[in-house]
Formats: sequence, C-alpha cells, structure tokens
Amino acid sequence: MPNFERGSVVLQVDGLAKSFRMHHLGQNLHAFDHVSFTLRAGEFLLLKGPNGVGKSTLLRTIYRSYLPQAGQVWFSHGAGRIDLARAADVDIALLRRREIGFVTQFLIARPRVAAEDIVAEPLRKAGMSAAEALDQARHWLATFGVKRDLWRAYPTSFSGGEQQKVNLARALILPPRLLLLDEPTASLDVGARAAMVARLADLKAVGVAMIGVFHHPGDVAALVDRDLVLMAKEVDDVAV
Amino acid sequence: MILLERLAPELLTAAPLLVMRHVSKRYGPVVALEDVSATVWPGEVLGIVGESGSGKSTLLRMMNLEDTPDAGDYTLALPEVPGNLFALDRFARRQLCARRIGIVYQNPHQGLLMGHSSSGNVAERLLMAGERRFATLRARARDALDVSEFPLNRMDDPPRLLSGGMQQRVQLAKAIALEPALLLLDEPTTGLDVSVQALVLDTLKRLQRDRAITMVIVSHDLGVIRTMADRVMVMRRGRVVEEGLVDQVFQDPQHPYTQELVHAKL
Repeated sequence: MPNFERGSVVLQVDGLAKSFRMHHLGQNLHAFDHVSFTLRAGEFLLLKGPNGVGKSTLLRTIYRSYLPQAGQVWFSHGAGRIDLARAADVDIALLRRREIGFVTQFLIARPRVAAEDIVAEPLRKAGMSAAEALDQARHWLATFGVKRDLWRAYPTSFSGGEQQKVNLARALILPPRLLLLDEPTASLDVGARAAMVARLADLKAVGVAMIGVFHHPGDVAALVDRDLVLMAKEVDDVAV
Repeated sequence: MILLERLAPELLTAAPLLVMRHVSKRYGPVVALEDVSATVWPGEVLGIVGESGSGKSTLLRMMNLEDTPDAGDYTLALPEVPGNLFALDRFARRQLCARRIGIVYQNPHQGLLMGHSSSGNVAERLLMAGERRFATLRARARDALDVSEFPLNRMDDPPRLLSGGMQQRVQLAKAIALEPALLLLDEPTTGLDVSVQALVLDTLKRLQRDRAITMVIVSHDLGVIRTMADRVMVMRRGRVVEEGLVDQVFQDPQHPYTQELVHAKL
C-alpha cells in the first residue's frame, strides 16, 4: 500500500457554493454556499446536518459530478495542486482513476463481468499482474462476506446487499489519496459494516484523507477526527 | 447563472489524438454544423448526443472524411498525416480511412456488401491496406470476427442472412481489423432488440478495456452514452450546447435543452 505523508494538506475548500438552475421552472435550487474547510492526509471528516441540507451534494461537487458556482477546491496531488472546481474534464477523469475515490450505496454493475473481475479491475489498471490482482480481489470479496460461489458470477443478478459488498471491495481495494464516502453502509449487514470500518481504519493508517456521510455514524466514531456540520446556508467546521 | 470557467488540461500530459476546430457546414439553406470544435484524447470514449437533425451524424461523417466542411480544420496525431485532413485529396483520404479509422454505421447496408461473405467483408478492408496472401487475409478476418464475438461457424455467410446484432459484429470486425487509431460508432445499437443491444455494447466495452481504442460514439440514447462514454458533447441544431464528464452532464445538466433531454429519459 502507498503511504501518504500524514498531516500534509490534501484538500482545501474555500467558499464553495452550489445551486441548481431548473430551467423548466425558471428557478434556482439552493444547495449550499460559503463552505470552507481543510482536510489533511490521514484525517477523517464526518459530514453532519439535517436531511436535505446538501451533504451528498457537497461530496458530488468535490468529485465534480456537480459543477460549483463559486469557490475553490484545491486538491494536492503528488506534484502540486489543482483546483477541482475549474480543472479540465480530462484531468478530473485522470484523478478519478488514480487519486480520488468515491463510494456510494449504488454499484454500477456491468453486464457479463464477474464480481472478482470488477473488484480486480482497479489493480489491473494500476499495472498489477492478472493473477495477483485476482488473488487480492478474492481476498477482499471474502473479507466483505461475499460467498465463494458468487465470485465468478455476474453481480447484475445479485441482491442489493451483495452488490454493495462488491462495490465496496472494488472501491477500497486500492487506497486513493482522497476518499469520498456517501452513505456506503446503507444496505449492509452487520458483518460487512464491521469489515468496511476495519478497512477504513487501514486506509486512515496509511494516510488516506476521507470525508463521509454515514447512515450509522456510530460505526465510524472511532475514526472521526472532526465533524463538518452543514447547516442551511452556511457551514461550521467544529473540532471534536 | 454564472459557472466557473474550466481550465486547460494540466495533469494529462498526452497530446490529443483528434482535434477539430470551428467546423461549419451548410447544405443549401440548412445549417448542419455551426462552429463545432471537438478534442479527443488517446484511449478515451467521447459520446455525442442530440436529437435527429442535431448534426451529430454529420459531425461523425466529417471525422470519417466522407464530406468536407465549409470552414474549419481537422487533425489526427498520426505521423503520416500532419496538417489539416480536410485538405487531403480523395485518394489520400481513402488510404487514411482504410488504415487508421474504423466506422460502424447504424445501417449495415452502409458499411457492408450484404451479398458477399462476412469474412470477405472483413478481408476487403485488409486488401485495401495491401495484404494479398489469402491465408493471412482469412486468418486476420477470422481473428477480427472472433474478437467482435461473432460466431465463427457463420463467418462465410453473407450479412443479408444474419440477424441485426450479428451484422453489427461484422461491421465492427471490419472496423477493427487493422487496429485503427480511431473507431467511430454511429448509433451502433439503434434498432436492435434491447438484449442484443446490451451484448453489442458489452463487446464494445470489452474491446475498449482490452485495447484502449479511442472511440467517438453518436447516439440519441442517453443510456448507451452513459454506458460507453467518458465525456459527452450535447448537440442541438448544429451546435454544441454543452460538454462535460458523462456523470456531470447527466446529473447536473446546465443547458435548458440538456435538462429537457435528461428529464425526458425513462
């Protein structure tokens, strides 16, 4: 596993704002504004706030699935920093392959690709041999509690919970510099939740910076360094 | 509503494979393309969506050098053809297309000789590129058909006796037989049954994953674009109205037309 320099700034968000223009209604839907915070390597930030306040929206804006209206999202990669709010699409695509992970509660299953191949893919893309990648993929499928006879099956036919285990195994197999977690435990059983928390602890130990929204925040309480409370119209960075 | 202006690539060091700049084309009074620019990087899949008459297929035909625009230029980062490809004569265009650009049309009649054998259709592309040995032709046609997941026991049947899905696989085999630098797909699965469509898309995805072929895919079907593309351009009335990462354009569309398109999807 790589080791990211603990304590170095990974993400610096300044005055970030997002609203949605709904042309058919002639209206703007406000999500958040003036969001500022700093995240360092090995830190775990828990996003809190009432339903609908924009927690998932904030994660998606950092990941650039949403385009912000104002502010900067400075991401420090190995060789400098780049503003994710303005970076070229191809640079964002590159960072998503190598440096920034996003885990949601939804698996994008592809037809006719076996569970173990889906999980091994990030390692293959990073240059690992097929045999070694498959070996690790099977290890993580087992760790998250996917039964052995499902490893070679296509997850398109799996239940929601089993799909989510495959999703997590894939998303967490290769430590990214920055990991965004959007309710990753929503459809998981207790055993898989415990396996995920243990994996997040490993990632934290090697310096992965994490921001997450959790359905059961109690699961990750031991990992959380700070809460980021998103309130209607503003955000406060609170030390625990 | 103001949006932040996007920067030029800083991290990606590779040069683009395809650059098209300020391309405009009229057919009589009809504006087919109006100041269209596009850039495609090696190994990526660019999707182009839009309704009928938006100019998306015209743009693809320009990329395949089937037509010349009124204005604009087009370069591919290939050593043998520096400079504007629209300036090439017909012979040079044919050579370039045969060797370096593959295309799959919606209508197989456009890309195939329907009465000749499927293997012969694929071999024709190799013949154009100068291969003359029969055994080599047949072996390479067979490989290309196999990679396209075409049932080899039918490789000598003419396309007119094949199902729509199989005809598309023959087109695909012909398109990739020479390992093109650029693969163009014009509504490759439109008109196929949904289950067949999924299988053809899966073959394309597999090819993309294993060979990192640079692709441009045109479709009016957002699901096809979502499955296949990394980035997408939205076209309307000959213009590009919006461009971005696929997840961003579909989850946070900016232009009124794109919002309509995304919301109209089932």
